[in-house]
Amino acid sequence: MTSKVTLTVNGKERSADVEARTLLAELLRDQLGLTGTHVGCDTTQCGCCVVHVDGKAVKSCTMLAVQASGKQVTTIEGLAAADGTLHPMQEAFREHHGLQCGFCTPGMVMMGIDIANRMPGADEKTVREQLEGNLCRCTGYQGIVEAILSVANPGAVKDHHHA
Amino acid sequence: MHNFDYHAPKSLDAALTMISDREEAKIIAGGMTLLPTLKQRLAAPSDLIDLAGIADLRGVKKDGNEIVIGAMTCHNDVATSDIVKANIPALAKLAGIIGDPAVRHRGTIGGSLANSDPAADYPGAVMGLNGTIVTNKRSIKADDYFLGLFETALERDEIITSVRFPIPERAAYQKFRHPASGYAVVGVMVSKTGADVRVGVTGAGPCAFRMSEMEAALAKSFTTDAIKDLKGNADDLLSDIHSTNEYRAHLVGVLARRAVAEA
Ligand SMILES: Cc1cc2nc3c(=O)[nH]c(=O)nc-3n(C[C@H](O)[C@H](O)[C@H](O)COP(=O)(O)OP(=O)(O)OC[C@H]3O[C@@H](n4cnc5c(N)ncnc54)[C@H](O)[C@@H]3O)c2cc1C
Ligand code: FES
Ligand code: FES
Repeated sequence: MTSKVTLTVNGKERSADVEARTLLAELLRDQLGLTGTHVGCDTTQCGCCVVHVDGKAVKSCTMLAVQASGKQVTTIEGLAAADGTLHPMQEAFREHHGLQCGFCTPGMVMMGIDIANRMPGADEKTVREQLEGNLCRCTGYQGIVEAILSVANPGAVKDHHHA
Repeated sequence: MHNFDYHAPKSLDAALTMISDREEAKIIAGGMTLLPTLKQRLAAPSDLIDLAGIADLRGVKKDGNEIVIGAMTCHNDVATSDIVKANIPALAKLAGIIGDPAVRHRGTIGGSLANSDPAADYPGAVMGLNGTIVTNKRSIKADDYFLGLFETALERDEIITSVRFPIPERAAYQKFRHPASGYAVVGVMVSKTGADVRVGVTGAGPCAFRMSEMEAALAKSFTTDAIKDLKGNADDLLSDIHSTNEYRAHLVGVLARRAVAEA
């Protein structure tokens, strides 16, 4: 049995028929075609699936699509401007080499924005603690932490490593 | 995950009717424990009854000498609440180190206490701060609530509505965090109000418990020296791949002293 769920995704109202057990990540990827949200573990550990629901970072692999009914969802696809101008956090990831393979990146960027929103002025230690639920197998985190710091607390970034 | 029917009642009464009408129904709060359990097919409820739409179950307030936290209040809202920070900073700290930010945006105090995972943080707070679990039926004192591994005094058709914490004079929470999961290998909440001292321990045993010997020693002298020779009783504690029971017993002593020093 399916039911209709209606929600706002990246500013547009979207509807889909879903089963009660359909995860938000599955709705976004499989039904709405927004494959920027990645599923790395499906066990609430890795953070690749982080999106914003009503402005807060959540793991979309651990929320039912029906639970997002009526809510505002923002995914990585909703960040850049229509003309392609990157969101400041995306630009910071580019600038600070915050990615290698890119698999963790959508979740890292969405969590990075959430951290910068909640904790303006955060120091490096805080940013690292706040990344507890976002795993990266490539970068060693240095560039990711710098990128997030450069937005949350621009004065704190000492060591730009330019290519 | 097996499929189920999903319901989003707008009132506690509606939720209670749904749960008593459907024998295999389960409540969902933040889903941070329940959804992973369903994915592993360790449970297959016929219906999920979501408490998220019941506004009365969310929020923090001060009521006389107590802080009252609605069951559906998420960990992040407890961690950042001005009322909690001003009155029981140790509780705000505890909520702010549960899991990760995304987990804290969804997971709730009611869900954590209903689940009573041996390694969860809030059970230690309820024990160490002498909290009361309020349900649709009754108020349950901390000492009567935790019965065993994942076992509480809650009945099947009982919903936690809020948790009440008396405001202590001093309190502190210390946790030995599992580096991968974030859960407590051991966590100790110490509080002092007048002559009453409580030492609540989580992570170490099958469920949260008190260290009465430490409480008596600290009531005489609230110093780390007073408990320098005390630790947990290894025979009662858990042994698993993360830690032996002897190591957990040792950690109970170390963390209790750190908590006394911090309080
Ligand atoms: C990656 C990760 C890391 C975590 N780390 C920690 C940690 O460090 N420390 C920690 O303490 N926890 C941790 N947790 C668990 C987290 O705190 C959960 O939020 C919590 O245990 C369950 O709360 P919930 O609101 O998500 O409940 P749910 O998963 O929705 O429900 C859990 C159980 O409680 C029942 N229930 C829920 N609400 C009520 C109610 N009001 N009345 C009666 N029954 C109810 C449900 O039926 C279900 O059986 C972690 C979880 C994850 C996924
Ligand atoms: S896919 Fe959701 S946390 Fe890993
Ligand atoms: S860039 Fe490859 S996992 Fe993070």
